[in-house]
Amino acid sequence: MTARSGDGVTPSDSGASLAATLLRVLIPVALALIAGGLILLALGKDPLGYYGFVLQRSLLRWGGAQETLTRMAPLLLIAAGLIIAFRAGIWNLGGDGQFLLAAVVSAALAPALIGILPRGATLVVCMIAATFVGAIWSLIPALLKARYGVNEIITTLMMSFLGVSLSNVLIKLVLRDPETTVPQTRSLGVDDRLPRLFGTTIHCGLVLAILTVILVHLMMTRTAFGLKLQVLGANRAAAVHAGLRVERLTIIAFALSAGLIGLAGAVEVLGVWGTVRADWNPAFGLLVVPLVFLSRFNGYAVIGFTLFFSALMVGGESAARKVGVPQHYVLVLVALLLLFLAVTEYLDQTRRKRGAT
Amino acid sequence: MATLRQVTKRFPGIVALDRVSLEFHPGEIHVLLGENGAGKSTLVSLLAGMQQPDEGEILIDGVTAVIDSPRRSMDLGIGAVFQRVLLVPSLTVIENLMLGGSWLKTLARAAALRRFEELSALLGTRIDPDAPLSGLSLGEQQQVEIMRALWRDEKLLLLDEPTSMLTPQGVADLGRMMQRLKGKGVALILITHKLLEAYAFGDRISVLRLGRVAGDIGPERLRTMSEAQRTDTVIRMMFGGESSTGAAADPGHEEELAILLGRKLRRANTMDRGKPATLMARALVSAPDFAETPLHEVSFALWAGEILGIAGVDGNGQKHLAEVLAGQRPVRQGRLELGGADITPGRVPERRQRGIRYVTDDRLGEGTVGTFPVATNLVLKEIGTAPYWRHGISDWPLIHRSAREKIQRNDIRTPSELTPVGKLSGGNVQKVLLARELDAEASVAILNKPTYGLDLHNQRLALDRIVAAAARGVAVIVISTDLDELLEICDRIGVMFQGRLAGIVDNDDGAADKIQRLMTGAAAA
Repeated sequence: MTARSGDGVTPSDSGASLAATLLRVLIPVALALIAGGLILLALGKDPLGYYGFVLQRSLLRWGGAQETLTRMAPLLLIAAGLIIAFRAGIWNLGGDGQFLLAAVVSAALAPALIGILPRGATLVVCMIAATFVGAIWSLIPALLKARYGVNEIITTLMMSFLGVSLSNVLIKLVLRDPETTVPQTRSLGVDDRLPRLFGTTIHCGLVLAILTVILVHLMMTRTAFGLKLQVLGANRAAAVHAGLRVERLTIIAFALSAGLIGLAGAVEVLGVWGTVRADWNPAFGLLVVPLVFLSRFNGYAVIGFTLFFSALMVGGESAARKVGVPQHYVLVLVALLLLFLAVTEYLDQTRRKRGAT
Repeated sequence: MATLRQVTKRFPGIVALDRVSLEFHPGEIHVLLGENGAGKSTLVSLLAGMQQPDEGEILIDGVTAVIDSPRRSMDLGIGAVFQRVLLVPSLTVIENLMLGGSWLKTLARAAALRRFEELSALLGTRIDPDAPLSGLSLGEQQQVEIMRALWRDEKLLLLDEPTSMLTPQGVADLGRMMQRLKGKGVALILITHKLLEAYAFGDRISVLRLGRVAGDIGPERLRTMSEAQRTDTVIRMMFGGESSTGAAADPGHEEELAILLGRKLRRANTMDRGKPATLMARALVSAPDFAETPLHEVSFALWAGEILGIAGVDGNGQKHLAEVLAGQRPVRQGRLELGGADITPGRVPERRQRGIRYVTDDRLGEGTVGTFPVATNLVLKEIGTAPYWRHGISDWPLIHRSAREKIQRNDIRTPSELTPVGKLSGGNVQKVLLARELDAEASVAILNKPTYGLDLHNQRLALDRIVAAAARGVAVIVISTDLDELLEICDRIGVMFQGRLAGIVDNDDGAADKIQRLMTGAAAA
């Protein structure tokens, strides 16, 4: 995994290497779009028409662009959380459970608090509470990993299933709004949700998310704490040898990662929906994983990939209705992108190796 | 038996073998010496059928042979044993030996057992054919490797650094085995970095340098030379600067030769036992860990400027000793004092702050982060501390600047300070570790197998650094399984046996014998 080769350890990018990096990303993107186009052709659809429609619908039209940008907020916060975990060598795949439980807690808390506290305080308290809920949901995998070395891929996935189920149980049995027929939490009024930016429909969670991603990136690349996490991720034995407090670092990395994913849940609920319905699960947690890999755990790159992916998602959703291409086609594109990125990476490395000897 | 005639092998950018002509005779142990990159491994891979020469030819029994696959190589009666064990641990001995057979034939166990008995008699080994391989010692696993190499036929046996992971007992067993094979008329090729082994086992020594045969010492000449003469001749062949050329070597080169020949290592004793000891270990006990020998009431004193060697067969508690002293492993019982102060409860950061340094033998496993740049690895144990970090913020320009300086001062051969340390050669990785640990603030340094896996040149350089550190007043502990190197640089040598410090002897004329006795568990004389 060259993604951890410490490219963030040395934040000195010259112009030439930046261009090379861009090229390494743009070539796979182009190849993925071409290969995806061939698949569309095989399905009897017009690829150019589809791409044009997606572009038009998600970026060129103002309404679509606002939707795309709004969609980015939770994805970016999840990406920030995953960057921390993945760089620390912790494969937190329990994002969906952490996200949903935190979303439910904030959705239940907000309507209850809004009568007592002012709007700003309510929103802040809900976001903090969601962060804690996410972090707490990672505690069992964290302790198992730190103390006994239990594989966190399995434990976080299992906790994720439990978290999703527990969220549904909470909505259906405890937090249910008695006034609705469909089981859901009490709604937060539109005026009480996260403030919108300058008369658009984009809520300020996007600003929070972008700032968080940048802060996480700077933390990982320019602070002692970030470097400690990277050492832990790249070579656990070396972390022990260098005297790092491995158990504590593991638990902190888990908590930060899951906490940010929990915050993403709160931002999505407080900014967009105002309520959580039973059986609602956008599964953002797992969707973001490939984006974080594509960006090689780089915070700036992940902003670009998230924009790309949000546009595909938003455009793809309406394309599913209008053009008749299934929405899952978006995932096919992401998969193709990962594939071509790996191939370009491989070819690039063998070429460089041949050049070296 | 086997002859190389003007063999050349090129790889992109380098000539690995340049018109090499060598002859390997039956009933002779032919030692190949040379630095890493001298072409030894290429030569082995040509004979083992993994690569073909670009020019020249290989003759087997006087007939030109095209060795185009490992199978062909085995059919010709050539067997190779490599540094690492290449057997399946979960299978039994006899199953491992039957693996090479044809795909379609049923496994002929009876025939295999007959061949196994034959080879056991030939080698003089006693191994249970039905024992699982993972239950055997490394030495026994290597004996199985040798059997596998000889399985088809026993004409030519290649041994590539076979002693690097053996105990002294294992080395002696291997020596006996080689003598038996030699007596049966097998041609043996032994590749090693250890000169003393070359003299002990070899009938003929060839030295490779930069892909060429730099010199040969035939059996007659080898017998008449003293050890010092042999070393002088071999070192000069390996590194150039032959006295015969008449040209005066440049002064820098002479200094390097002095290091290589170990002249600088014989040193005056600089420590003062009248002063209080720097480090005092009182009855140290460590907790047992999976498959590792814990410490059992280990006590010793160590003075500034002294080099204390720790000898012993691998796995007798040396690792725990190093880790306990470095703070990487907690002290369960006992007391550790540095300059009179109790430092027993401290962990790595506190110990390091007090000047205790630890050079691990697992350089890429735990000593460094292979994917991180050299610069980051040079400050790996100082993350978060001044001057490289202020309020937790990294000062990368300073880290890189100081790395460039350390790279230059310690002669670390790396393209730049940003190169991942895992891409460097073993010798240069060790230089990175030595630069990190033997810094100006070091007061006690523990070095675990500091020359392990290095070629001769880098072995000598590492020992030179250690001796220089002691001369600066650092109290040094060197753990090694190579007794010769301990005898060369240490003031006193302790022996670990089953987690205890069986005894400490002064390094004088009778030291080697006393140490040998202590290593087998006999009480201190």
